[in-house]
Amino acid sequence: MHEMALAEEVLRIVQDAARREGFARVRALWLEIGQLSSVEPEALRFCFDAVARDSVAAGARLKFVVAAGSAWCNACSEPIALAALGDACPRCGGYRLRVTGGTQMRVQQLEAE
Amino acid sequence: MCSTCGCGSGEVSIEGEARDHARLHAAGAHHSHGPEHQTAHALAHGETYEACSLEGDFAPAHAHGPGLEPARMLRIEQDILAKNDRYAALNRSFLVERGIFALNLVSSPGAGKTALLVRTIRALGDRTPLCVIEGDQQTSHDADRIRASGARAVQINTGKGCHLDAHMVGHALDQLDPPRQGILMIENVGNLVCPAAFDLGEAHKVVVLSVTEGEDKPLKYPDMFRRASLMLLNKIDLLPYLEFDLGRCVANAHRTNPDLVIIGVSAVTGEGIPQWLDWLAQGAQGARAAGCALAQAELPLERSRIE
Repeated sequence: MHEMALAEEVLRIVQDAARREGFARVRALWLEIGQLSSVEPEALRFCFDAVARDSVAAGARLKFVVAAGSAWCNACSEPIALAALGDACPRCGGYRLRVTGGTQMRVQQLEAE
Repeated sequence: MCSTCGCGSGEVSIEGEARDHARLHAAGAHHSHGPEHQTAHALAHGETYEACSLEGDFAPAHAHGPGLEPARMLRIEQDILAKNDRYAALNRSFLVERGIFALNLVSSPGAGKTALLVRTIRALGDRTPLCVIEGDQQTSHDADRIRASGARAVQINTGKGCHLDAHMVGHALDQLDPPRQGILMIENVGNLVCPAAFDLGEAHKVVVLSVTEGEDKPLKYPDMFRRASLMLLNKIDLLPYLEFDLGRCVANAHRTNPDLVIIGVSAVTGEGIPQWLDWLAQGAQGARAAGCALAQAELPLERSRIE
């Protein structure tokens, strides 16, 4: 699954930081995941636990900060909140939507020893 | 994994050969690999990097006390796919500079991507140079079929990987050396989920859906259909034998992506192929014009793959 590739990238970002900042262990890691992003957080957690074994991030607590999804409704000509792809506009019930936010997948911060 | 640059799974091969990164790096590298080779000052846009203590709603206080190691919070603020996006940007620059119209063909396995490519290559003939990057877990069957139809192809085998990424495609571009002002087709691994997240540097994603898969696919896999610019609805020659609601399929596709262009095609009978070729011709013309405009503006674009 692609969450494995994403988990490997998260680990690489953490390892880069470890080299630069000179820490030996990560206690916790905060990931910002948009509601409309291409990742299933629990699958990512599973994969990260697997790839981080024997690394500076072994045993690190993975915390997800969920970023709200948003879209522009062409029918209403208004911005709307969108919790999932496939949802309708909460105002008009239509689907003429253009996603404007909530697709991010970011490493936000970490707690290092 | 390459121990020098940390990239690749070691199982990825291009044209049957594992990527020989040691040789590339020893030779001075015609590509490099991201922030581990850059200083903090040279980090690309979007990669802020501060090492400072952080106070915030979700930042725990520094832990001090008997038996506890002091902890520090480090702000990272880096996109998980930043590295892939950097490679994709390099690929895109390379393709734009050469005036090449590049498409990322995605679908579930068996929708008919390769058959459509073969049909397209034969229909185009000598009009526009077209070459192909093929992606599969194993075998070179698809690249072999493409070559037999008269176009050049490079096969990427991902091993256990479920999608192509921009780094693999960059290597394949080096090997393929696609001609200027032509068309490049990247046939992704058959998978409607994972390839959606990975920009390869293409101009557009083209999703191929066959009528044997049912009308609901655009609703079931919204991420992929949302990211595509064109949907080729393939195998329309089979419609008389199926209970497939064409109107509902189109409605579902537009519900997920109101801007999706849809062309019904058959790789077997040739129906719809002229409309597909028209769409291709328009795109190729635009890419050629963009490449010429770039050359005339004399922008100092890097032709090498080094960041």
